[in-house]
Amino acid sequence: MPEVTEAPVEEPRPVSAHIGVRVENVSRSFAGRRGAVEALRGMSLRARPGEVVAVVGASGCGKSTLLELICGLQQPDAGTVAADPAVLMPQRDLLLPWASALDNAALALRARGVGRERARAAARPWFERFGLAGFESARPAALSGGMRQRVAFVRTLLAGKPVLALDEPFAALDALTRQEVQAWLAQTLAAEPRTVVLVTHDVEEAVLLADEVVVMSPRPGRAVATLPVGLARPRRRTDAAVVALRERALQALGAAT
Amino acid sequence: MSSGLRRVGGALPALAIVIVLVAAWELYAASGEVDSLLLPAPHEIAQALWEDRALLWDNFTVTAGEVLLGIVVAAVAGLACAVAIHLSPTLRRAVYPLLVASQTVPIPIFASLLVVWLGFGIAPKLVIIALIAFFPIAVTTLDALAAVDPEQRRLMRTLDASRLRTFRFVEAPAALPGLFSGAKIAVAVAVIGAVFAEQSGSDKGLGHLVQQAVPQMLTARAYAAVLILSAFAIALFGLLSLAERIALPWAFESRGGRSR
Repeated sequence: MPEVTEAPVEEPRPVSAHIGVRVENVSRSFAGRRGAVEALRGMSLRARPGEVVAVVGASGCGKSTLLELICGLQQPDAGTVAADPAVLMPQRDLLLPWASALDNAALALRARGVGRERARAAARPWFERFGLAGFESARPAALSGGMRQRVAFVRTLLAGKPVLALDEPFAALDALTRQEVQAWLAQTLAAEPRTVVLVTHDVEEAVLLADEVVVMSPRPGRAVATLPVGLARPRRRTDAAVVALRERALQALGAAT
Repeated sequence: MSSGLRRVGGALPALAIVIVLVAAWELYAASGEVDSLLLPAPHEIAQALWEDRALLWDNFTVTAGEVLLGIVVAAVAGLACAVAIHLSPTLRRAVYPLLVASQTVPIPIFASLLVVWLGFGIAPKLVIIALIAFFPIAVTTLDALAAVDPEQRRLMRTLDASRLRTFRFVEAPAALPGLFSGAKIAVAVAVIGAVFAEQSGSDKGLGHLVQQAVPQMLTARAYAAVLILSAFAIALFGLLSLAERIALPWAFESRGGRSR
C-alpha cells in the first residue's frame, strides 16, 4: 500500500484551490467474476473551485468509482483525472462505535498525527455550529441518524481538503431527516464554500443543492446531460424553477436508461 | 426487574438441568447397579471435596497458577502473531501455515517429550498451555482485524492516515471483541492443557492429583478435582465476560444488542 504523505494542515482551509475537479474522458474497468466489468467509459465532469456539482444516475452506473477516482483511491485506465486534494464522505457515516462523537469528528485530524487534545479542541467549535453541542461525549449508538450524519460531516470538513466527494450522504436517512440535513448542508456550504461532487440518485436533492447537475448513463457510465441550475439560494423544493429543472433532469435520466 | 435479577433468572433453566442430572446420578448410584469405587455418588464427591479440602486447595493453587500464567503467555503470543500476520502479507504467508500446524501436534505425546527436555518444573506446563491456548486468540483476533469494513479503510486513506494510524485508530479497537472471544475459548482449553501437562510429569497440581487418585481407587477425590477444574474454567470465562462488558460497552449497546 502506498504511504500517503501527511499534510501539516490542522485547520479546515477555505477554498484556495486551483483546479477544482476535472475528469476528462475517463474509463475504468474491474476484473469481475465473469470477465471485466466496465464501470466508466468516456466519463467527463468539471467542477470549478467552489462549485457544487451533483451527479445523478441509476444505481450501479459507476458513481462510486467516479468518486474514488477523484479522491485518488483508484487510477483511471484511460483519460485524466485532475483534482485538488479530496476527502470522501461515504453513504454510511462509518462512525467508530467505541469513540465519542467528538473523537469521531476529530479522527480527521488524529489521522494526520495531530494530538488528542488539539484535535478535540479543533472539533469542538463545529459541534456548536452544527447543533451538536451537548452531544460531544455521546457514542454514535446514542445519536439519531441525522446527528450521526452531521458528525460525519464535521469529520469531513476537518480533513481540511478543498474538495468534498459526497457519496449519497443522505440516502440512509428517512425523508424528514433528509430534508432537514439537506437544508443544513446548503447553509453550511454557503458559509464554508468547498468544491463539492455530490453523488445521489435523488434528482430533487441534486437540483436543490447543486450549481450543476450531471446525468449519467447506466453502466458503463458516462455523462449524458449537464444541466446548469443557476437558481438563487435558498431554494425550496416547491419553487417552480426547481420543479421544472427536476423534471428536465428526470427526463434526461429516463432517456439515458 | 433489575438486570441482576434477570441474569439470575436466566441461569435457572441451566441450574434445573444440573439438579436433575445430579439427582439421576445419585439415584443410579444408590440403586447398587455400580460399585461406588468405580462411580462415586454425588454426595460422596461432595464429601471428598470437604474432607480433602486442604489437599485439593494446595494442588489447585499450583494448577491455577500454571493456567493463569499460561494464558498470559498465550495472549501475548497470540496477539503478536495476529498483529504481525495482519500487517504483513509476507508474514501471513510465512507464519499462518505454522500457526495451523502448531495445532496438529498431539499434545499428550508432545507433553511427555517436553518433560524429558525441560524437566518437571513449570516451563513445560507453560509451553503446553500456551501452545493450545494461543491459537484461538490468534485466529479470532486476526478475523476481527480482517473484518474491518474496507470502506472504513478507504475513508482513512482519504483522511491521509498512514497504515499504522489506521491500525491504531480503527483496526486495533475493532479487534478487541475478537480478542475477548478468543480469550474465552482459550481459558476453557487452557485448563485441559494444564491437566495434560501435569499428567506427563509433575509432582503437584490437580492433574497430578487425579493421576495419583485413580489407581488408588480414590475416585471420589478424582471427581472432586475434576469438579474444581471445571468450576475454575467456568469462573475464568465468567470473569472475562464481565471484563468485556466493562471494557467494551460499545460492543453491547450498538443498535439492538451485540453487533457481531
